[in-house]
Amino acid sequence: MKLLSIDTFYVIAGVFLLLVAGRTAMDQNHPKRWGSAFFWALLAMPFIFGNILPPIVTGYLVLGLVLLAATGQVAQSRELSTTRTERAASAERLKNNLFWPALLIPGTAVLGTLLLSKVHFGDVRLLDPANLTVTAVSLGALVALATGLRVTGARPLIAIGEGSRLLQAIGWALILPQLLAALGGIFAQAGVGSVVAGLVTRTLPVQFPFVAVLAYCTGMALFTMCLGNAFAAFPVITLGVGLPFVVQQHGGNPAIMAAIGMLSGYCGTLMTPMAANFNIVPVMLLELTDKNAVIKAQLPIGLTILAVNILLMYFCVYRF
Amino acid sequence: MIKLIGILVVAAGFALRFNTLLVVVAAGIATGLVAGMSFTEIMDLFGKYFVENRYITLPVVLILPVIGLLERHGLRERAETLIKRTRTATAGRVLLLYTAVRQISIALGVKVGDHAGTVRPLVAPMAEAAAHARHGDLPEKTMENIRAHAAAAENVGNFFGEDTIFAVGAVFLMKGILQAQGVKVSEWALSFWGIPTAFVAFGTMWWRTRALDRRIARAAGLKHKKEGGP
Repeated sequence: MKLLSIDTFYVIAGVFLLLVAGRTAMDQNHPKRWGSAFFWALLAMPFIFGNILPPIVTGYLVLGLVLLAATGQVAQSRELSTTRTERAASAERLKNNLFWPALLIPGTAVLGTLLLSKVHFGDVRLLDPANLTVTAVSLGALVALATGLRVTGARPLIAIGEGSRLLQAIGWALILPQLLAALGGIFAQAGVGSVVAGLVTRTLPVQFPFVAVLAYCTGMALFTMCLGNAFAAFPVITLGVGLPFVVQQHGGNPAIMAAIGMLSGYCGTLMTPMAANFNIVPVMLLELTDKNAVIKAQLPIGLTILAVNILLMYFCVYRF
Repeated sequence: MIKLIGILVVAAGFALRFNTLLVVVAAGIATGLVAGMSFTEIMDLFGKYFVENRYITLPVVLILPVIGLLERHGLRERAETLIKRTRTATAGRVLLLYTAVRQISIALGVKVGDHAGTVRPLVAPMAEAAAHARHGDLPEKTMENIRAHAAAAENVGNFFGEDTIFAVGAVFLMKGILQAQGVKVSEWALSFWGIPTAFVAFGTMWWRTRALDRRIARAAGLKHKKEGGP
């Protein structure tokens, strides 16, 4: 039994999504009033009723969300926030008090992870130990919201409105990371991994120790770029390439192989639009005109770290 | 081989600039069908995994109201004011410092930032303000480039600090997968061998943020008088 389980926060998020849907439906100047309202209302369902709805219903619901987005029915509202002059005046008035709520999010997350996770009354726990980081950050967001309302003296409806404006700025890209994780699950169920691994090993001369390392690190990066997630690529490429060739054939150290291999996968994450939450969501959040601006900034970084990783693994994995 | 159709769908879908959500669902459906699943089974799996992965979207949704509220009341403007007071700040240095803070804190198991909660309201405006304080008004293209690098600083700091000192999710995932194959490794060995790459990542960010500062100076039509610049 836990007092603040992750499900509580799912319901809170779902209710917020419903409020956004309601606001959108009332907004007569909205360019895609009904489509957008329907999208946010549909998305609220898996958050509020996720544990009760049969997966097949959620599946069709997701299909509905995707079709609404693909047919251009989801758009941003034309609502305006305050002007720059108003904001500057407000900043002058509130000064550094504005930072406290923003810092409370990570602050509560840290405190929650380190201390609140230990708090329990008998069997009743305060935080959900299974989803500690996510629950702690969610709690932090709500604590920050309460403090923010106090500091600014604004009504809660203002916060809902501003949150709605930001949410609509992100738009359908919000659910992309979650959908990609679902795609990873389907790939795993279909056995895509073993096919890819077989292909890599058939086409490359992995009998050379360096080629084995090169194939493993590059494979991790490339497959991560395809799937958008290094965690999904890791079992596939490690069991297909890393373990049989780097470790078993050439006697490499499995810890070094795995650690540097995973980090090579992260290099791939820096270079792919499939890693939407890292590379595409920020494009929307930061209002960049070039959809690939973040990836372009990260391309030299990813390639450099990957190259050094390959050398690092080659010089260490067969030695320690 | 035919099971790779999903990867093909993804590549083709991105190349033809179809809606990304549609591409992802199409890839899932195509892969499922060639693997012998029925359409109903595929929808069932999509539903199951979508609900299981709600935790990915949750923090973003919950953080937005307070960030919007603070922005409305001048959070970004205040961050800009603070940065403008510090003379030595450049956009690149602000971002490099953030990368370091991010790497060190996550190595200790503490997540201090993300794109919605930290980069948009604090880091990006601070970097932009530093550039503005030094060079005055800059073209929008340069400002966007600074913001893109702010996102990069967040990602690099996040990815390449994580697997080091403290045992975290990725480390347990590696250990678990290897253990299932009968290969024993310790969490500590896995974390230890993440450290060299963490330094490499920081060095790479140092290089890129310096390059960014040079690009900003060029855009402003100025030359670094004091530093000489390479």
